[in-house]
Amino acid sequence: MQTANKFSVSRYAPEQRGAMARLTARDSVLRRLDWPILLSAIALSFIGSLLVWSATRNRTNLNQGDPYYFLERHALNTGIGLVLMIGTVWLGHRTLRGAVPILYGLSLVLVLAVLTPLGATINGAHAWIVIGGGFSLQPSEFVKITIILGMAMLLATRVDAGDLDHPDHRTVVKALCLAAAPMGIVMLMPDLGSVMVMVVIVLGVLLASGASNRWVLGLMGAGAAGAVLVWQLGILDEYQINRFAAFANPELDPAGVGYNTNQARIAIGSGGLSGAGLFKGSQTTGQFVPEQQTDFVFTVAGEELGFIGAGLILVLLGVVLWRACMIARETTELYGTIVCAGIIAWFAFQAFENIGMTLGIMPVAGLPLPFVSYGGSSMFAVWVAVGLLQSIRVQRPISA
Amino acid sequence: MTNIPETGRTPRVQIRLVIIQVLVFSLLFTLGGRLWYLQIRNGAEYADEAKNNHVQQVVQPAVRGSILDDRGVPLADNETRLVVSASRTELMKMKDKGKGVLTRLAGVLDMKPRDVMDKVRLCDSKTPQPCWNGSPYQPIPVTLVATTQQALQIRERPEDFPAVTAEPTAVRRYPAPGGANTGQVLGYLSPVTDDEIQKAKNTNSPFLRSDQVGRFGLERTYDKELRGKSGVTRYEVDNLGRVIGEAKNDPAVPGAHVVTSIDARVQAVAEYELNAAMVEARKQIDRNTGVPYKADAGAIVVLESKTGRVVAMASNPTYDPNIWVGGISGKDYAKLTAKESNVPLMNRAIQGQAAPGSIFKVIPTTAAVNAGYKFDGSYPCPSSYSIGGQVFRNFESQGHGSITLGKALEVSCDTVFYGLAHQQWLKDGGLKPVKHPGDIFFKTAHKFGLGAETGVDLPGEVTGRVPDRQWKQRFWAANKDDWCKTGKKGGTYVELLNYENCLEGNLLRAGDAVNYSIGQGDTLVTPIQMATIYAAISNGGTMWNPTIGKAIVSADGKSVRQIRVKAHGKLPMDEKTRRQMVGALEGVATRGTAAWRFGGWPQKQIPMHAKTGTAEVYGKQTTSWFATFTDDYTIVMTISQGGTGSGASGPAVRNVYNAIYGLDMAGKQDLSKALLPKPQAQLPAIQPDGSIDAPEIKPYVPPSPEDVPPPLAGPPAPPVARQD
Repeated sequence: MQTANKFSVSRYAPEQRGAMARLTARDSVLRRLDWPILLSAIALSFIGSLLVWSATRNRTNLNQGDPYYFLERHALNTGIGLVLMIGTVWLGHRTLRGAVPILYGLSLVLVLAVLTPLGATINGAHAWIVIGGGFSLQPSEFVKITIILGMAMLLATRVDAGDLDHPDHRTVVKALCLAAAPMGIVMLMPDLGSVMVMVVIVLGVLLASGASNRWVLGLMGAGAAGAVLVWQLGILDEYQINRFAAFANPELDPAGVGYNTNQARIAIGSGGLSGAGLFKGSQTTGQFVPEQQTDFVFTVAGEELGFIGAGLILVLLGVVLWRACMIARETTELYGTIVCAGIIAWFAFQAFENIGMTLGIMPVAGLPLPFVSYGGSSMFAVWVAVGLLQSIRVQRPISA
Repeated sequence: MTNIPETGRTPRVQIRLVIIQVLVFSLLFTLGGRLWYLQIRNGAEYADEAKNNHVQQVVQPAVRGSILDDRGVPLADNETRLVVSASRTELMKMKDKGKGVLTRLAGVLDMKPRDVMDKVRLCDSKTPQPCWNGSPYQPIPVTLVATTQQALQIRERPEDFPAVTAEPTAVRRYPAPGGANTGQVLGYLSPVTDDEIQKAKNTNSPFLRSDQVGRFGLERTYDKELRGKSGVTRYEVDNLGRVIGEAKNDPAVPGAHVVTSIDARVQAVAEYELNAAMVEARKQIDRNTGVPYKADAGAIVVLESKTGRVVAMASNPTYDPNIWVGGISGKDYAKLTAKESNVPLMNRAIQGQAAPGSIFKVIPTTAAVNAGYKFDGSYPCPSSYSIGGQVFRNFESQGHGSITLGKALEVSCDTVFYGLAHQQWLKDGGLKPVKHPGDIFFKTAHKFGLGAETGVDLPGEVTGRVPDRQWKQRFWAANKDDWCKTGKKGGTYVELLNYENCLEGNLLRAGDAVNYSIGQGDTLVTPIQMATIYAAISNGGTMWNPTIGKAIVSADGKSVRQIRVKAHGKLPMDEKTRRQMVGALEGVATRGTAAWRFGGWPQKQIPMHAKTGTAEVYGKQTTSWFATFTDDYTIVMTISQGGTGSGASGPAVRNVYNAIYGLDMAGKQDLSKALLPKPQAQLPAIQPDGSIDAPEIKPYVPPSPEDVPPPLAGPPAPPVARQD
């Protein structure tokens, strides 16, 4: 790295060019960005803003009488998310690798803070820190990133250094412990949805790291056993058990627990091929679906934009995930590959769980739909993740 | 420089990445498939559900059409009243099931808390009236007669009266113009039941939960026309029921008016005279039983002879149909159904059945003429007729020598008909009937429309009974076990009767045949049947279906649909016989059994025809029948346990005619006093705005006793009990 100041090992000499030239050059960051991911993510956020707007413009009890309240905030969140993405690309994932211990420590502190009187309970989950001014922070969203980065750092270091072909058992144990600490705290909140996502992230990370099959299978077994244990020990709250019961049979109690799933399914089903049109869905206008701007935002798409609009969201998510998979496969360093895999596992499972619960094929869990749902913490986290993906793509060796 | 190994990627990681990719996309395809299933495959179903979800119906009841008389006087209409209603669903949500609210409400309304609670309870098989048999989701009226004061008290203290409303509402009213109550003919309304809603769901006139349905009488027959269509505004609502838009608005279509041929004035006279005759009969001592006549029930029918349209129809005992409005009270319902009330809900003009007595004789006369007996032939009329030692007396116990059939009608000679019936019975084989017996008397009765409905436009008409061989066989088969068990040779009258019936109750005995020939025994007819027959004799032989509805006039007056009268047959007699019959019946009114009731009648101007009848009922006093007609009107009247035909019913019928034609007892006509000297042919005038002006109506003033001269000559002395 020091030699770069004296003579360039690169075929180009970036430092000698102007800013514009650097941005337009063949090897520029702009050219090397993964535009399909970026455009898809922006499109998803844009659709999300429309859906959030439609879902909230009549909810006077939430929007303080301003129909644009949530639209504006969603746009602001997206903007902040874009800035965070640019910052992440600017710093680069390798630079962040050095900061991982600090980031990890910070996220642990934030998660712990939720358990202190600073924390707030929203929808039965004690998972929030209220900042004020209508903003609140959900640290578990950031924990997802630090778990990915932390585990990737531990698992990839010796492999990328060429010491090992695959992470050894000791490293895997360390990585698992690193993930377990914040997950345990999140489970205490209890924010079961986030824990579920984190478990899947850990699985994805381990898979991509090349860790022994025994670890992967063992972890799956442990996950299943853990689920049974959680159920048996009664760690789950009443509301979480009810959500599962409603998923199994929404007709059991259509006015109570099953109400959400039933109304969500009616909203989506009634959309048909082309939907009722934006702002014209009766289920949405009538506010029959609770939490429609956050966890159930997909029902707005289903009802008002129909199969075409809801399908477009799936396609855009598919583009993001497809490109992420390609980046993971093209990256030669394991660190980047693991980060990609963690992000893929995160996005894919969270989207599947979120959309799946509105379609009635997954139990209800409080998880936002990446890019689309209203919510600052989630929006920031997914854009940072996009930044990481871009950084991995931008910084991969040109020869690759 | 860089520590990225050029070949650092192991195949294991690459394979695992592909596995991840496949897993991720199978999840996405799962979502896509499910989305297709919900939106495309089952989309329509969910769209329906969404519609039900967010639409609330608000029903504006249609104003029910009026029932008008022939000149436009309302017999049933609506008035605005302050209605206090309670929402049952709201009450049930309260901790004490609304008890506190209803108790407070009872205090304001000066009612007993128990009564209020009874009104809002739901009807089921175990709950007696009063109870609510409409939809539990509809506000239930507690009272229709709240004062403004009470309504204000309720509205000013909504916190004390949650779930209670006090609103001005159009409710049914039966104004009884000029005293024409017309109760059983009009019928009544009650809330629609769940069953009816289900049944009418897919018809072109479905019910709404709030609908009132005609249960009886004209309200039932013309329910569809009168009801109109309730207005329904469908509001889009949000999940809290707040209105967020109007989806669809079907304005209420008010019900059409039904113009009837009933004339409220004649109806009032008929009702009054029927009741007066019954009251009078109760003052008379029955010489058979030695006690006053019970006169427990009666009916009178006034038809237009030429069309069969009903001008008046009264049944006694009667009741005030207004008690049904807003839900009948427990006390009223108990009174209405009590045994001593003698079923005032029954319309005896179409539902009361009794043996017709001698007014039946026009039928055997026709049968005999059709069988070849000459109308003007000579037939012996002894004072009694004996068959095998059994003596059948003339009702008047008087002989007339040999007379014509016409004269036999005139003086109501039974023995002439006994002889004819006995001859025919023997001809048919007697107790061992030939294979195809002629049964001319029975067959002719069927041809006169007996044993079948006349087709009057009222629900619940009964058919009466022609006791022919087939009926006897059926009746015997149904009862013989009972008869054989209780019958005893040489026992009491009933035991003896049962014994005989057990042995040969399936056979048409000579006694049955002769009894039947004078309208006694097992024959049953309704007043409307006899009125139809006598009107047909008058009009040339057409048996019209008696019809009350004359026209359906839409609420805006723009559409008028005339209701045509239909005929259900022609009398089985030729024109010559009919003329002879008319002559004979005129003779009854001028010289015969009814003459003493028509003293002073202007027979030249308004030819009167009549036939009297006195039917016997085992264990009861005689039934009085009186059938009369002029060229324009036919009046049939009957009083159960009332005495003789002309004796009990004669003055009433005469007074009705007097009122119609404006006559006094001396026969002097004053057309200015005449209520309806000619049947009302025109429909009432409909104003451009759709309203129908009702002429003023004066209550009927019955003739004072001084105006009524004593009858010319009394009837023949009634007999002691008959021997048969």
